[in-house]
Amino acid sequence: MIPVIAATVKVMLPLAQLPSNFVHHHSTTTCVAENRFFCADWAAHNFDRYVDPALKQALLVSVSVAVGFTVAMGLALLSHRQPKLAPTFTGLTGVLYTVPSVAFFFLLLPITGFGTDTAVIALSAYTLQIIYRNIVAGLANVPEEAKDAGRGMGMSQRDLLWRVELPLAVPEIVAGLRVATVSTVALATLAFFAGAGGLGQQIYSDLTFKTNIIIAGGLAMLMAILFDLVLLVIQRLATPWLRAGAS
Amino acid sequence: MSAEAPDSLDGPVEAPSVAFRRVTKRYPGADEPALAELELEVPGGEICVFVGPSGSGKTTAMRMVNRMVEITEGDILVGSTSVRQRSPAQLRREMGYVIQQIGLFPHRTVADNIATVPRLLGWDRKRVEARVEELLELVRIDPALRDRYPAQLSGGQQQRVGVARALAANPGVMLMDEPFGAVDPSNRERLQNEFLRLQAEVRKTILFVTHDIDEAIKMGDRIAILREGGRLAQYATPAELLMAPADDFVEDFVGADRALKRLALMRVSDIDLWEAPLAHVGQATSEARAKLPEAEVPYVLVIDAERRPLGWLSDDDLLAETVPAKPGTSPDPVLELDDVMRDALSDLLQAETRYAPVVDSEGLIAGVLSVEIISEFLTSPEALTEERPAAERPLG
Repeated sequence: MIPVIAATVKVMLPLAQLPSNFVHHHSTTTCVAENRFFCADWAAHNFDRYVDPALKQALLVSVSVAVGFTVAMGLALLSHRQPKLAPTFTGLTGVLYTVPSVAFFFLLLPITGFGTDTAVIALSAYTLQIIYRNIVAGLANVPEEAKDAGRGMGMSQRDLLWRVELPLAVPEIVAGLRVATVSTVALATLAFFAGAGGLGQQIYSDLTFKTNIIIAGGLAMLMAILFDLVLLVIQRLATPWLRAGAS
Repeated sequence: MSAEAPDSLDGPVEAPSVAFRRVTKRYPGADEPALAELELEVPGGEICVFVGPSGSGKTTAMRMVNRMVEITEGDILVGSTSVRQRSPAQLRREMGYVIQQIGLFPHRTVADNIATVPRLLGWDRKRVEARVEELLELVRIDPALRDRYPAQLSGGQQQRVGVARALAANPGVMLMDEPFGAVDPSNRERLQNEFLRLQAEVRKTILFVTHDIDEAIKMGDRIAILREGGRLAQYATPAELLMAPADDFVEDFVGADRALKRLALMRVSDIDLWEAPLAHVGQATSEARAKLPEAEVPYVLVIDAERRPLGWLSDDDLLAETVPAKPGTSPDPVLELDDVMRDALSDLLQAETRYAPVVDSEGLIAGVLSVEIISEFLTSPEALTEERPAAERPLG
């Protein structure tokens, strides 16, 4: 228990270290003084301070999803080879998914310390369930006759996996990645609890100043949409046959 | 169409025989074997059809040849080599494989689907390209379709691409599991005929599975009838099967309409045709009329200068001075000497006509087929006795 408490104190430190006048010291306008819904002038002058946290969060999301995807793919391929393993993996990734996110950060702190590593581990653990399930479902939905034809023409298990099964599972795999990525963008705003910075840090730095919340929150939403679009484009490029079939 | 065409890149491949030596398949937990001591030999270059009710082991028998199903007891020899001595992947790359649902890869273009086995075999790009071109031509797929995806093709086109893919590495043996099963009946007959023409060119050893006895009779050089419990009931040519069924099971399976089924084994050229009174365009109708009383066919057939049928003279046409270039009645259906008799009969019945002109391979008039000729044949003793299997003659 003691390390956890110590870690908790450490997490709170960056908040404490922020200048107390973080938001207000530049602001002289009445909009800011009255804390109106959105102060465009202030936003224009202070937008710079959101750029780095946003980029950091984008990187955090990319790395976490990439790690999650790699691990989930490994698990999915293992359970594809050894179907007996599937229930274990489904259960394991499912349990990880149920751990409340902030608690997850705190549980990891004594082990992995304060910083980006902890955030990446926790965030990628959350993506496992969705990505793993989608890869497994995608592989399971490959038409049996395509597999039979592949085997009957002398494809090895490996040929079949890389040339037939995985390409045909791409739509489901990318669908999983999209859901996982969007939810990771949202979760990553909590990553500053683990000391990984990001837009969350901006939000929590002044929870009372509406303009701040709107800019930081808006950037997080925009980031989710952009990630989603990029993945959608990747999916369309990787699955030309789906569009051809509809024409 | 020359025999070299499909083999030009590879040199002719001798189609090996396939011999089942007391082959048994038992699945774990099943009381009865799926296939019991099957013993038969398919000569190289012939089509052997495995036919029987479900549970007769016909698909199992076929799938043991390329080791998609492992043999429990016995052995299968391809040429003189046991399949048990071969690695399954290598063995399969040397055999064409066509299944009922065709199993084209939905994410690959027509060309890429066809190139599957050549690429597994590590052919270089140029050779693969050239082979794909050749096969598209062989199965009569428009080369413009090469970059389409399977979902963009009709059922018949998909089936032909499936056959092209199976032929890609020029295998000696083809395994076909209900290859026309997913094609709608109106196209099935055409695809069957096309495939028989193709086989006349490529001369593979083909093991063909179907549950449809009519298809078996039409496609098979030999037919293996299997019964429940995976036992062979009879192995014979289609004609033998129709004339001398081995037992009640075979007789029942072949059906009561054995004489009618014989028609599937005949071609129009096998029967004596009638001669129609012929008239050239521009000839005086009086001359045409004069031929009518003596003729077997009560209508005058108009032909062009090259002797292609243009149509039948109608009563109105006969009243005119000269024979018109566009006679009142169309010549359809125009049959060919090569047509299977059963198909010819069904064309006649479908067109609700009693007579149809028959042309040779150049489209020139060869005679007239009538429903009467066919019914006379069916009631003659010849229908069930004469040994005349179409399978033993080269196809036109």
